[in-house]
Amino acid sequence: MTVLLSALDQILSFTHFIYLLGGVLVGLVVGIIPGLGGIAGMSLLLPFIYGMEPSVGLGMLMGLVAVIPTGDTFTSVLMGIPGSSSSQATVMDGFPLAKKGQAARALSAAFMCSMIGGVVGAIVISVFILVARPIVLSFSSAELFMLTLLGLSVVAALSGGNIFKGLAACGFGLLVGSVGSAPATGEFRFTLGIDYLYDGIPLVVVGLGIFALPEIISLLVQNKAIASTPNKLGHGLKQGIKDVFQNLPLVGKSSIFGSLVGAIPGLGGSVVDWMTYSFAMNSSKDSSQFGKGDIRGVIAPESANNACASGSMIPTLLFGIPGSGSAAVFLGGMLLLGLQPGVSMITTHLDLTYTIIWSLALANILGAVFCICFTRPISLLTYVKFSILAPIILTLILFAAYQATRSLGDFIVLGVIATIGVLMKDAGWPRPAFLIGFVLSSGAENYFFQSIQFYGYSWFERPGVIIIALLILLGFVLPPILKSRRKVQKDEDQATEKALPVTSVTDLILILFITSAGAYALFKIWDMSTLTKAFPLIAIAIVLFSCIALLIQRYKVKHQKVATNIRLEACYIIGFFFIACGYYYLGFISTTFIFSLLFLSYLAKASWLKSLIISFCLVVFLLVMRHIMHIDYPEGFLDPYILTPIDKIF
Amino acid sequence: MKKHLKLLCASTLIFGSLLTTTVKAETADIPSTINWTIPFGVGGGTDVWARFIAPYLTKYIPTHPTVVIKNQPGGGSITGTNLFYQRARSDGSDILGTSASTLFPFMLGDKRVRYNFDKWMPLMASPTGGVVYVQPNLGVKSAADIDKLNGVTLPFGSQGPTRLELPVLMAFEMLGLDVKPVFGMKSRGAGRLAFERGEAKIDFQTTSAYLNSVEDLVKNHKAIPLFSLGVMDEDGKIVRDPAFPNLPTFQEVYFQKYGKKPSGNEYTAYSKFLAAGFAFQKVIFIPSNTPNDIIQAYQKGIKEMLKDPDFIKDSIVQIGPYKNIVGINAAKHLQEATKISPELYAWVAKWLKQKFDYSL
Repeated sequence: MTVLLSALDQILSFTHFIYLLGGVLVGLVVGIIPGLGGIAGMSLLLPFIYGMEPSVGLGMLMGLVAVIPTGDTFTSVLMGIPGSSSSQATVMDGFPLAKKGQAARALSAAFMCSMIGGVVGAIVISVFILVARPIVLSFSSAELFMLTLLGLSVVAALSGGNIFKGLAACGFGLLVGSVGSAPATGEFRFTLGIDYLYDGIPLVVVGLGIFALPEIISLLVQNKAIASTPNKLGHGLKQGIKDVFQNLPLVGKSSIFGSLVGAIPGLGGSVVDWMTYSFAMNSSKDSSQFGKGDIRGVIAPESANNACASGSMIPTLLFGIPGSGSAAVFLGGMLLLGLQPGVSMITTHLDLTYTIIWSLALANILGAVFCICFTRPISLLTYVKFSILAPIILTLILFAAYQATRSLGDFIVLGVIATIGVLMKDAGWPRPAFLIGFVLSSGAENYFFQSIQFYGYSWFERPGVIIIALLILLGFVLPPILKSRRKVQKDEDQATEKALPVTSVTDLILILFITSAGAYALFKIWDMSTLTKAFPLIAIAIVLFSCIALLIQRYKVKHQKVATNIRLEACYIIGFFFIACGYYYLGFISTTFIFSLLFLSYLAKASWLKSLIISFCLVVFLLVMRHIMHIDYPEGFLDPYILTPIDKIF
Repeated sequence: MKKHLKLLCASTLIFGSLLTTTVKAETADIPSTINWTIPFGVGGGTDVWARFIAPYLTKYIPTHPTVVIKNQPGGGSITGTNLFYQRARSDGSDILGTSASTLFPFMLGDKRVRYNFDKWMPLMASPTGGVVYVQPNLGVKSAADIDKLNGVTLPFGSQGPTRLELPVLMAFEMLGLDVKPVFGMKSRGAGRLAFERGEAKIDFQTTSAYLNSVEDLVKNHKAIPLFSLGVMDEDGKIVRDPAFPNLPTFQEVYFQKYGKKPSGNEYTAYSKFLAAGFAFQKVIFIPSNTPNDIIQAYQKGIKEMLKDPDFIKDSIVQIGPYKNIVGINAAKHLQEATKISPELYAWVAKWLKQKFDYSL
């Protein structure tokens, strides 16, 4: 206890507080800019770390790590761009809320939850860390495999009306996730001889392609402001905070769940938001508004992701096994400070551990307060005509995607995934199912083979495995089934005319596309060694089975045909490829300027002066990023002419 | 072989000429900013190593240039190294930091590798060692009891057949241990966690990880160290690891078990991968067509850096109690290690296929 309090005294000292504040500010900025996140922020701070007083240096790093899941909410809610992998689920309801003109409400609720989640996480780990070692060690590869299944079972709830669509999307996600090296053998699959694919497809690119670009394209097709319905709730700031207090039990449960998942090494924070999202959905009486702008869909993942960032400190500090990308960088910072993770963190260095935890709590509070202050002015962006924002958002997306591997491949794969995303959005397929399949693919495969190799086939008799299996059944699989049953009964009771399920040309295109992709993968993988092909074969089986089921459904059950905008959207996708190539071959900075200027003045019909100012600001933003973060953009033909004189001056 | 000799001569010449022109070093035209490409992500082992060294480079290179670390991760360091090979300027403003995962794919003829080490010169190499340890419930107290492990299946958490564990897997085989590797570990740390959970019965860690995480286990009787991989001395011979003077080396254990020194294709392959993975665990490279006076300024700076008491103190924490290799020995041993004859390559390819069903 005395250690706990002396650590508190330590973080409230002036130096410590100032550095922590610095960390928080950097964290917010890199959190807000999509694609940057913790790793970029760390690389900004690391040069200053070496030689610093450990407790001060750690406070600064902690300030940064803690607030990234807070800041990244801005783009998720306002633009539908998942700011980082931990706030993908926030897009699901946050962006629809912004479309309803309630951006401020969604944001303030999100920040409030982030704060509570982060603080709860800090409290949980301050107790848990003392006893965590044996518990964390009891999660073997078998339990970790079951946890990935728990993640995958979320698909059942997210599938909407049609479970086969959910399965097909999830199976396809698993297949796309298996591109790259096979964990059990180290052999490479589905690389088509392209270097880019050897590492697998980066999550950032998939997230941007499946969510952000399709939203932008459909908004461009409609060409209105993001907030298309006028706001009836004032600025909504207070409403959001009120929402949080009305849903306190959900906030609490999500936070605790988030911090525990973060504490288990190996699963990573990228699914915890989806897990709590579907948990919120399953546990609510009326879940019809989820995906259309239910505030609980923002509250659950936002409470969980900050708590998860706190929880992931446990494996980082105790075992030196980082629970997430930014925790990995935090670990690097610790090593630079001459601190080694391990048992010593709860014995000789317990004071430092508590300094870290207190910093975590304080940073979460500071971060949320800053964000809430900025909510009102920033949320006004949603009232701007969308075509004005489009070039800015597109540049941001390309910037974010390019941070993944900094090659042309990022743009091309982004376009391909976006095409799938547009088709899925158009045909009403659950895009989160695809994303979850993708995220959990490598974990599911890896832990499955590891548990068989370590335990033979007796691994499913382990108590932990059975407990998680029950949890999956009771928590995730049964509720949606029961709910749909109840709904059917209700419908029958009321004897209402049931609307026919809808279908469109896109549906058929998508089914055929995914089937042929599956068939091609089958052909490619057939001659590989058993351990290399086993998992992709399962994924292919899921894909083919559900596609056939969908085809049968299509011809057996009567459908109502609806028209779609797919042709127009296809034009935009092709346009995207051209623009992306321009960014790469002409030069990122010059294309940003030319494209924004032309787009704004001709398509958005803004005045020349306004277009010039916006384009110029974008270029300045990119140049500042380049200077601070040492980012090399694709230079192309034109950029050297701009960059050489600038570099001479600075 | 011819190429090999040529290179040796070339590097000897370079070094020779450097020795004769020491006086000019002060006027070397070193760029004000040095870009240090690290083909790994932020916060990883190689990145931390580079960030630890960077401020000392600034301090000891005569003009005190700013050292900027450029992370270019991908392909387990192949992507960034390829880019460096294509684009690095030879005016002293570009240097590269590599690790075992840069050298191994080159030696194994990975299709993606488009670099080779002819165009570069090593400025400094940081070695590391490694220790193999087992579960205490196997009845083994030290390497002297290694015969007790005969016929016992030992699961071993490994990242993959061609990763840092490659020479260790060969050592296990030469010692006749029935080791069953479980691949797909995300890091060596994840392998250690599998050991701590009791899933893996045998494990291996590099020096710093061993000192920080395994020594506690040994103290609490949760792990028994068997042998170290040893370190390479200035003549390229393997001797006991200064970090573990009480642990026998692999060669000693082999001699004790079989009464003869290890030899043959497998041992040659083992030695080469051991040198590349451990003696040259981390290397700073500079394009060799960089002007001599600049290279010389770098070398002089690095030599002075190695004498700095602060550096020495921190280096023990960051790297271990090892001497960084500089000068002509670095170039010579590196060339020897990374040179794989066609026969040896064929042997390694066959071994990987037979043992792990892995096709090169």
